Amino acid sequence: MTTTTATAPSWVSMTTNRLAVEVKEFIRSREQMIFIFAFPMLFLLLFGSVFGGAVLEPTSVTFAQYFMPGMIATGIINTGFQSLAMSIAIDRDEDVLKRIHATPLPATSFFAAKIAQVLFVSIIQIAILIALGVALYDVTLPTDVGRWWTFTWVFLLGTAASTTLGIAMSSLLRNAKAGSAIVTPIVLVLQFTSGVFLVFTQIPTFLQIFASFFPLRWLAQGMRSVFLPEEFAMAEASGSWDHGLIAINLGIWVVVGLFLAVRTFRWTRHDDN
Amino acid sequence: MSASAITIAGLEKHYGDVRAVDGLDLEIHRGEVFALLGPNGAGKSTTVEILEGFRKRTAGEVSVLGVDPHHSPKGWRANVGVMLQTTSARSALTARESLLHASRYYPHPRDVDETLAAVGLTEKASAKPQTLSGGQRRRLDVALAVIGSPELVFLDEPTTGFDPEARRQFWRLIEGLRGDGTTIVLTTHYLDEADYLADRIGIIAAGRLVALDTPAGLRAQATDARISWVEDGERHLVETPTPTAFLRDLLARTTGEISRLEVVHPSLEDVYLQLSGDAADAAAAASAPATDREAGA
Repeated sequence: MTTTTATAPSWVSMTTNRLAVEVKEFIRSREQMIFIFAFPMLFLLLFGSVFGGAVLEPTSVTFAQYFMPGMIATGIINTGFQSLAMSIAIDRDEDVLKRIHATPLPATSFFAAKIAQVLFVSIIQIAILIALGVALYDVTLPTDVGRWWTFTWVFLLGTAASTTLGIAMSSLLRNAKAGSAIVTPIVLVLQFTSGVFLVFTQIPTFLQIFASFFPLRWLAQGMRSVFLPEEFAMAEASGSWDHGLIAINLGIWVVVGLFLAVRTFRWTRHDDN
Repeated sequence: MSASAITIAGLEKHYGDVRAVDGLDLEIHRGEVFALLGPNGAGKSTTVEILEGFRKRTAGEVSVLGVDPHHSPKGWRANVGVMLQTTSARSALTARESLLHASRYYPHPRDVDETLAAVGLTEKASAKPQTLSGGQRRRLDVALAVIGSPELVFLDEPTTGFDPEARRQFWRLIEGLRGDGTTIVLTTHYLDEADYLADRIGIIAAGRLVALDTPAGLRAQATDARISWVEDGERHLVETPTPTAFLRDLLARTTGEISRLEVVHPSLEDVYLQLSGDAADAAAAASAPATDREAGA
């Protein structure tokens, strides 16, 4: 009758098992695959077809090269924030979270698996985006280690901020069916004001200032500092890549997101208490 | 190890002014099948969800397998199987995959294919929940609740929407679990189900326990038998604790064949309706003066 702890599954094996479920659910869900996974790729193809090899005067940077990092940034937000917020809200609404809570799976395993799933999907998404850019639009990739190090920390901070904010956002979506109607406009406004669909320095200053309060602007700028030539830094809003500001802004959002996610998360529906 | 799987003392759960559970005391023994019966809104599911650790209680003491479910230690969940009242949602995983992944959270899981067979889903192993019928989904829910070989299983209205054949099959499944020594707590609307499966039945009405006995004991609570017959084209109905004596008199004063003569002993359902009805009336009567007081204040 008594359970020996020796045979209890370890935290790592439970987390890995949960991750396998998450990945299967994501890959087999058509909506997620099209609207979350393929969305940045569709836009890269769209922008590539419209602007082709046009150059951003006075620099020698092509539009494709400029939009590439923006699409990577928006992919991270789509997967980490938009998709996560909506899928957790739906899972809460349909008692899927309650079912998970009824198993011995620890909450930390559940969250670790969610984060790992976002990282996994984002890395594949970015790899495909880069491959498309290189193959179709002559996008050039950085060759020095320093820039890939920048890519790594910007990617990890951006994913952490998106994921924690996505989990926090899910708690605000009391009606999961309305989730898409609430989250999609938020993401869309940020995409237009943060240098994803439009060149950041070409939008009005007040919109630039507005976007600076949110993580996507900094994530996109961080990614541009990886993929655009050094002289392009002069064309940025402050005339520099502002790596320090990027790290601070994303870092603050990670802390805020983590705080909100932990404080607001619940396994059961809001009307179920 | 205590002989009780569950002890409940003075349990209360309030939603604003509504007392969903209003001073419940109950003890459920290890290894028994316990059925909690009551009308909708009586507090069955609220009580079960407090025991499952999903809801906070307003007052009272609760112990499930020796611990407070609201502050359950690591490892407690592995010994408690839960079948929610809501049916499992759509999923990208097949029935077998769901069970396989769920089994990996437990130290001593049941065999996945044996469990599928036990709930009669072997042929639907590679089907996704959304393609299963309501009854089949509920059976998958049962399988998920028992996959970890729990010591205690909660089944919240498990057979709602089943056809008679599926219900019989489900009953055999529960009997099999009982044979393994599993403690089973089920809520149900079906009296025949409680009668057939349960070692003891608790009837809950207006948040209180109004009866607690074996099915036979409950049935014995109703002493009056009903005798009905048709005489001079008119139907007669008499309720009496001494049906034999009454019949003797009836036979003595009539000649020939008595039309449509029937002697019926009360069913468990009659006892249940009487007990839960009385309790509802009492609750209504108790709340009425309170309203008057408020109006007068």
